[in-house]
Amino acid sequence: MPTLSYHRPSSIAEVARLARDDPDAKLLAGGQSIIPSLKLGLLAPSALIDLGGLPELRGVRLEGRSLRIGAMTSHAEVANSPEVRKHVPALAHLAAGIGDRQVRNRGTIGGSLANSDPAADYPAAVLGLGAEIRTDRRAIPADSFFKGLFETALDPDEILTAVEFPLPERAAYVKFPQPASRFALVGVFVSLTGKSVRVAVTGAGPCAFRVAALEQALAKRFAPESLHDITMPADTLNADLHGSAEYRAHLIPVLTRRAVTQALA
Amino acid sequence: MSSTRAPLIGQPVERKEDYRFVTGTGQYTDDIVLPRQTYAAFVRSPHAHAHLRSVDVAAARDAPGVLAVYTGKDLTSIGGVPCGWLIHSIDGTPMKEPKHPILAEDKVRHVGDPIALIVAESAREAKAGAALVEVEYDVLPAVVNLATAAASSTSVHDIAPDNICFTWAVGDKAATDAAFARAAHVTRLSLVNNRLIPNAIEPRAANAHYSPASDSYTLYVTSQNPHVERLLMAAFVLGIPEHKLRVVAPDVGGGFGSKIYLYAEEAALVWASRRVGRPIKWTAERSESFLTDAHGRDHVTTAELALDADGKFLALRVDTIANMGAYLSTFAPCIPTILHATLLAGQYATPHIHCQVRAVFTNTAPVDAYRGAGRPEATYLLERTVERAARELAIDPPELRRRNFIRTFPYSTPVGLTYDTGDYEATLDRVLELADVHGFPARKAESERRGLRRGIGYSCYIEACGIAPSSIAGALGARAGLFEAGEVRVHPTGKVTVFTGSHSHGQGHETTFAQVVADKFGLPLEDVEIEHGDTAKVLFGMGTYGSRSLAVGGSAIVKAADKILTKGCRIAAHLLEASDEDIEFRDGAFRVKGTDRSKTFAEIALAAYVPHHYPIEQLEPGLNENAFYDPPNFTFPAGSYVCEVEVDPDTGAARVDRFTACDDFGNVVNPMIVEGQVHGGLAQGIGQALLEGCRYDEESGQLLTGSLLDYALPRADDLPNFRVETVKGTPCKHNPLGVKGCGEAGAIGSPPAVINALLDALAPCGVRDLDMPATPLRIWQAIEAARAKR
Repeated sequence: MPTLSYHRPSSIAEVARLARDDPDAKLLAGGQSIIPSLKLGLLAPSALIDLGGLPELRGVRLEGRSLRIGAMTSHAEVANSPEVRKHVPALAHLAAGIGDRQVRNRGTIGGSLANSDPAADYPAAVLGLGAEIRTDRRAIPADSFFKGLFETALDPDEILTAVEFPLPERAAYVKFPQPASRFALVGVFVSLTGKSVRVAVTGAGPCAFRVAALEQALAKRFAPESLHDITMPADTLNADLHGSAEYRAHLIPVLTRRAVTQALA
Repeated sequence: MSSTRAPLIGQPVERKEDYRFVTGTGQYTDDIVLPRQTYAAFVRSPHAHAHLRSVDVAAARDAPGVLAVYTGKDLTSIGGVPCGWLIHSIDGTPMKEPKHPILAEDKVRHVGDPIALIVAESAREAKAGAALVEVEYDVLPAVVNLATAAASSTSVHDIAPDNICFTWAVGDKAATDAAFARAAHVTRLSLVNNRLIPNAIEPRAANAHYSPASDSYTLYVTSQNPHVERLLMAAFVLGIPEHKLRVVAPDVGGGFGSKIYLYAEEAALVWASRRVGRPIKWTAERSESFLTDAHGRDHVTTAELALDADGKFLALRVDTIANMGAYLSTFAPCIPTILHATLLAGQYATPHIHCQVRAVFTNTAPVDAYRGAGRPEATYLLERTVERAARELAIDPPELRRRNFIRTFPYSTPVGLTYDTGDYEATLDRVLELADVHGFPARKAESERRGLRRGIGYSCYIEACGIAPSSIAGALGARAGLFEAGEVRVHPTGKVTVFTGSHSHGQGHETTFAQVVADKFGLPLEDVEIEHGDTAKVLFGMGTYGSRSLAVGGSAIVKAADKILTKGCRIAAHLLEASDEDIEFRDGAFRVKGTDRSKTFAEIALAAYVPHHYPIEQLEPGLNENAFYDPPNFTFPAGSYVCEVEVDPDTGAARVDRFTACDDFGNVVNPMIVEGQVHGGLAQGIGQALLEGCRYDEESGQLLTGSLLDYALPRADDLPNFRVETVKGTPCKHNPLGVKGCGEAGAIGSPPAVINALLDALAPCGVRDLDMPATPLRIWQAIEAARAKR
């Protein structure tokens, strides 16, 4: 029977050492993806390195014109954080819509981002706000973080420590749930900061992505009407039981319009 | 002394069983740990269809903690999983009934088909051992598509080369065809009744134990009918004497039909428990439940309704293909035939009906009864067709139904049933009022202002419950009687224990049955205890399904209680020195008519057990009676449902905004429990209409909806706040309680109401047809297809 070691280090340095010494070990954040994967036998790491003993990875802090959210901050903490609700209400709304109550109390922003599930919500916000991913060794801009299906720019032993979100003028997230799992069949995050518009989509591709055509149209005028004639090509989009690629392509501009309407409200 | 009190029947008495459920002190099969307990796991086929070239269990046998490994080769001396219903084809030949081995012998026929049983010291070790079994497969093409199964060049079973199990029909074909020939209008519809996966909250589980001391077996199992399980297991599978097998179905967390059947895993455990010499427990994982619980529905149908110029129904013609899955489950053949085609008259006086049903084998899990069992399929096709006809003829849908209602009872349908009583106008009138149908145009306009399309849909259902007169069931192919048994044991202190062959797995029998008996004897509710689910306690039983428990099981209890009162009158006559005929039982006491002389129920009970002054030469001591009740007919609950939906045409998302149900269940014992049953049925029916759809890959036969990540069960926020009312109604004329059954109504009546409402909402978009489940994707595709046609 396979055995699994468990570590609960109390410093980042110790995490780094454990991760470096055992390439088959996995970092454990909230465990909302990794634990089910272990139970289903989809993953068989040699060890779990639990980040739960590192209080410095937890919490929300306003730093000038950006919000710093620690990697181990739970979805519920983000959803209920006064700072997030005041400065980026769209992000609080997004966090409040992840999974169910248990998932939100256990799952963390860092875990979600490092996992890069194609239907996770947070990647849309990170891309849609142009956030910066902080690790134990560098800062990675959102635009170069998501690499593919369950694939990120993180090195195997790299530790995601925090996310820095610049404060937008306007932002909104609209999710169309897959009926069974309630993950995003398509989710769209839009933001407006100065003249810069970002439109990030989750659920529709191998990982979250931005849509230049929608951003350009909205940069001319940030209004739902700006998107009326825009259609999305379906060829690179996900298709499954719950949504064909064409359906997802159809939903992206529809949800973007709704997000813009919400952002303006 | 008298104890006059208001009747408990008709009161929303709180459920006696809820204390243990809400405090976590229920006792489910998996809670039972026996001394020297061992645990089982099954090796299951990853392929839908394959020959087994070899099964190598050597490594598994040597694995830590593993005690024994068995394969199909070890079980050749025992029978397969039996089928309890024999259907004959139109040509008189019996259905094809292939062997359903307990563990696969030469072939596997669906993903999840069990191949080997591993018994180990722990569940973990059993599972680890299972992973070490090496199976070599010759993978065969899979028969998956129901509609084309009969044309497939692959056979699931050698004895059914064309994959047809039977071709059965009911009704007068010539008269039906003749009526079509003279019809002013014919409405035609092709539809699919989507396959469903039951998903009881408690997965199937079993714990089997053999005692060498008494040379007998005990099986704890998640069953809706422990006596049927015992009979099938002892007589047909293992060939052990029936009295040497005790079956206990303790607290069971929901069944919806899926726990009626005898399953291979339970039989394997009982068989192996003797060889291993220790008790063996198995609890299904949720993914095993998805793969191996008997699924429900799965019909492909064409329906045609012939009408005259006034909108009167002349005839109905139905052709259905029904999926049996890979093997015949316990009741499978009767579901699309006896419980489906015989319901096609619905609430209407259609003079001619003909229905042909072709049952086919496929490389999918067995299909059997699931909440409603055949009746939802009948109601869906009929109510979709009627509403389509109304649309085509521009007649208000309720009005078209009203024109065709059956109004005189008893009414014999052209498909073999005789409805004893009903008042369809009453439920329709009331539901239209409750649903505020007059306010619909205003609500529609308001929805449109928000960019949404609102639609309204109707459904008037009938169901046949309380299965069945055994003689009729037997004539129709049942291999068992369908009566029920009950025993009323009055203790010396006048407290009462009732034993019933019905089984409660969510229905609340411990409360409703106690209400009935407490009223019968004038006792407080807490003086009556209901026992069920144990063949060592309960004399016999046919179990709970088809909304039969109160109508059939309750009637058996009433009969036994009547015997108690008859005997009590004789004891009282002796004690009060009166003649038997002068004693009446009223307000909790046996009284000499026209006098104030009486004996309380408890006094008579004591006298029966302390027979110092007792008519011992004429009467046995004690106060214990049993009764068997075989119903003279089915019961026929009916009702009318109205659904309003809102559709977002930009995304295809649909939401049930209002759902109103008005049911006639005859007499109601506990209106709170009835309302709860209707709520649950509606949730499952709306789930079928909008969310739930089992899908297998057409090529590989892999289950694509194998977990709750892909199989969408309804959640609270998928459902509106239901308006549910039970009319005073028409009590059943042939059972002593006048009750009909309420457990399945919601699941039967609601799917067509939802789809009819969606089609009403989408009519302006040009959408004429929509299959279940009407997911956002399907609705969007329907809108797009209609747009492209314009």
